[in-house]
Amino acid sequence: MLIRLFWHLALLLGLSPLLLGVIAKTKAGFAGRKGPPLLQPYYDLARLFRKDMVISRTTTWLFRAGPVVGITAPLVACLFVPFGAIGAPLGFDGDLIFVIYLLGLSRFCTAVAALDTGSAFEGMGAAREVTFACLVEPTVFFVLIVLVRLTGSFSLGGLFGPALATGWHTAAPSLMLAIFCMLVVTLVENCRIPFDDPTTHLELTMIHEVMVLDHSGPDFGMILYGAAMKLLLLGAMTVGLALPVSLGSAPLDAAVFALAMLILAVLIGVVESVIARLPLLKVPQLLIGTSLLSFFALILLLR
Amino acid sequence: MQLLIVSWLLLLTGGILAPALGRRPLAATLVGSGSAALGSLAGLAIAVGALANGQTTGLALATTIPGLTLSLRLDPLAAFFLLPVHLLGLLGAIYGGGYLRGREGRLPGLHWLFYNLLVASMSVVITAANALLFLFAWEGMSLASFFLVITEHQEPANARAGLIYLLATHLGAALLLGGFLTIGAFAGGFDFSAFAALSHLPGPTASLLFILLLLGFGSKAGLFPFHVWLPEAHPAAPSHVSALMSGAMVKTALYGLVRFLLFLPSAPGWWGGTLMALGLAGALFGIAMSAFQSDVKRGLAYSTVENVGLILLALGLWLFCRGRYPQLAALALIGALTHILNHALFKGLLFLGAGSLLHGAGSRNLNRLGGLMRRMPATGLCLVIGALAVTALPPANGLLGEWFIYRGFLEAGVRLKGLAAFFPLVIVGLLALVGGLALLVFSRLIGIALGGEPRGSRADLAHESGALMLVPMFVLAGLCLAGGLAPSLLLGPVLRVAKAIEPPAAPLLAQAGLLPLWLGGLAQGLALLLVLTALLGRWRKPRAVTPAVPTWGCGYLFPTRRMAYSAEGFSELAGVSFFCDCLRPRIEGGRSMRLFPGREVFRHQAPDLVLEAGFLPLFAWVAARCTRLRRLQSGLVHIYVFYIFSVIVALLGWVAIRL
Repeated sequence: MLIRLFWHLALLLGLSPLLLGVIAKTKAGFAGRKGPPLLQPYYDLARLFRKDMVISRTTTWLFRAGPVVGITAPLVACLFVPFGAIGAPLGFDGDLIFVIYLLGLSRFCTAVAALDTGSAFEGMGAAREVTFACLVEPTVFFVLIVLVRLTGSFSLGGLFGPALATGWHTAAPSLMLAIFCMLVVTLVENCRIPFDDPTTHLELTMIHEVMVLDHSGPDFGMILYGAAMKLLLLGAMTVGLALPVSLGSAPLDAAVFALAMLILAVLIGVVESVIARLPLLKVPQLLIGTSLLSFFALILLLR
Repeated sequence: MQLLIVSWLLLLTGGILAPALGRRPLAATLVGSGSAALGSLAGLAIAVGALANGQTTGLALATTIPGLTLSLRLDPLAAFFLLPVHLLGLLGAIYGGGYLRGREGRLPGLHWLFYNLLVASMSVVITAANALLFLFAWEGMSLASFFLVITEHQEPANARAGLIYLLATHLGAALLLGGFLTIGAFAGGFDFSAFAALSHLPGPTASLLFILLLLGFGSKAGLFPFHVWLPEAHPAAPSHVSALMSGAMVKTALYGLVRFLLFLPSAPGWWGGTLMALGLAGALFGIAMSAFQSDVKRGLAYSTVENVGLILLALGLWLFCRGRYPQLAALALIGALTHILNHALFKGLLFLGAGSLLHGAGSRNLNRLGGLMRRMPATGLCLVIGALAVTALPPANGLLGEWFIYRGFLEAGVRLKGLAAFFPLVIVGLLALVGGLALLVFSRLIGIALGGEPRGSRADLAHESGALMLVPMFVLAGLCLAGGLAPSLLLGPVLRVAKAIEPPAAPLLAQAGLLPLWLGGLAQGLALLLVLTALLGRWRKPRAVTPAVPTWGCGYLFPTRRMAYSAEGFSELAGVSFFCDCLRPRIEGGRSMRLFPGREVFRHQAPDLVLEAGFLPLFAWVAARCTRLRRLQSGLVHIYVFYIFSVIVALLGWVAIRL
């Protein structure tokens, strides 16, 4: 249990910012640039945590609570998700509901913190974030339902466990669809192109980045770190779906998982480089389409 | 049992004394709210005691009215439903003492008479063990709450709300009367003890009874599509009455439904299916409508429709699985009961908080509020806790009930074979959609009402409410948190009731008893970690905070308060992107196309589709057909006496022929 916790925290805290670096490097490669060093997100975090903060005089404690929840909730949620073959340190019957609502908690607090600044831009970002989440949550649930039905387990540890490996023999089409849906969810929830573009110069077109405009210094660092952990969490689910295998020894499993996550990060970088950002009003249509795909995966399984 | 009657007498005495003290408002308030609080406190103590020892006590007094015996029974189910009634009765009485004080020029005596009558009659409804007594108390409850809804009847909107409520509740009561007469005819009496005979009802009669009871109780509970009175009546009533009506009165209808379903023979599958379908429709419709309301209390009323929908969904699963899948039935029942208790706590809290906003900032319109966290910090804190609870987010209590409901449907999806598993699994996905929309609704409420800058001039001068109003809110907020951090507090009473109703599921109940450790421990851990992270931030950079700058306007230097996101704007994207046209709010004007824009009028309305397109045209049609009957309505008393006389003669003649 403690060893698992150690591996989990080490992977979570150590690996998650690296993913952002890999994505940035991949995108730079596609654009023919040299790009920032792979470790740039770590430097950024260290710099942010050393900085002073500027806080608007409109805000209250709601504004300060946003980043605190934004880093804590994904951290706790990650403890329930197996990282590849490394089992989750925590788990109970029905923890998938708890984990999804934990992510909801972080979304609620970030949105409320954004509205607390009274800025029209941040209100806009908050509205978009919670609206799109309404469409993402059913997709996540349908994917997990496919796994529940397949493995008969109700905890995330069991869903991505050995039972899934045998499930691949019987229900490969459903699982392929599920992987695709999880990939889309990973992109949406981590504000990636084609849904959101944090690097645009126009605040009007952003979703997540515009919500945190007023956060600075350590608060913004917490938000960045929390976002990286969320990327790792959803990525771990995608990887867990695709690679339900164990090599038997913990360091080896950790290495395989880390490698798979890096490949996923490269893949995200490629997607971001070759696809254009969608017009905002097209985003819900694509999300509804993804929900329907996940729904179809369920029907295929029940057939 | 006798103590409970004493508490009713206390409520009645106080209620009658309060208007008698007419000219002295302070004394009337003191007597009225004092007696309501004391009576409710006694009732609460009795309910907790009865639940703790788990025994059934009863009392029966014969009367000279045929069929009516004053028989009362306090079993675990009744005691469980007494909890919200008396808890909210007590807290509402204290809150009302502060809430009504600011409204000079009106005598509070009558208000307290109806308030006490409402609490007492709800208590009688729940403990009645005779169908006629139940019906009398039910009517008393409806009338008392009607008079409370029209407390401020000078405003035409409130009078209309009262009328809609009165109509809805009486149509429901008529259906109940029909159901009870059918039951009485079959069972040969109106005492609940005689109703054991109902388990031999033939199928069609049982189904007819089910429909009558479902519609009768449903119209009171806010069952879709009979929910139309809720969004009208809740904003009209004073806030502590809204809290009592939404948290407790709606639950008495659920109590009635569960109580009478237990008398009926084992249910065919479509009963549970109907309940689930209507519950799901109510949950989706309620939360979608709630997203478009700019009136805080109207939005909360729609959220009640949603939560009642969730409870009915769980009850439907329970009904469907009874006798077939005992474990599933137990899970669903525990989910429904937990959510009933939770909803009473957090919706009571939210309505009291909304009342405090209205009291302090002078408006229920979200677009007139804003910046209130700074001006009303205590109310704000309570509202945030309530919002976390209602959106089922940890570490508050709401997650517990929803967890059981989700778990029940997931389990059903795994147990059932083939395509039969499809429906429960789809319901899980739709529950996630409801959860996502609830998050939108309540992040909007908190963010727009409490965050940012004041949008109206009165919100600028808002003041915190007095202690009388704050203490009940703190109690409820504390209970919401306690329920999340220590779920055994909630599950204790729930499991007792579940054991009394579903005895065969004992092993699963024991298994469920293990669960709160996890959810509670996790909530505690999460809360601890949150506090630690917050402290860590403080400790590392105590000097770093420079608060004297305005919000960053992306380079624009002169932002005004009117530029902040509005309540309608916040939910517009949801409306545009995934609601059908008929659900979307109606928008008129506000689009200036001229080169030199002049004055523009913008109107945004989100009327209830069911009321506007369903009931109003239906009633207009019926009324048009009934104009001929007006001839009978002469307005002369002796003609009316003649009508009564002729009906009695006709009835006597009919009886004589049948004999």
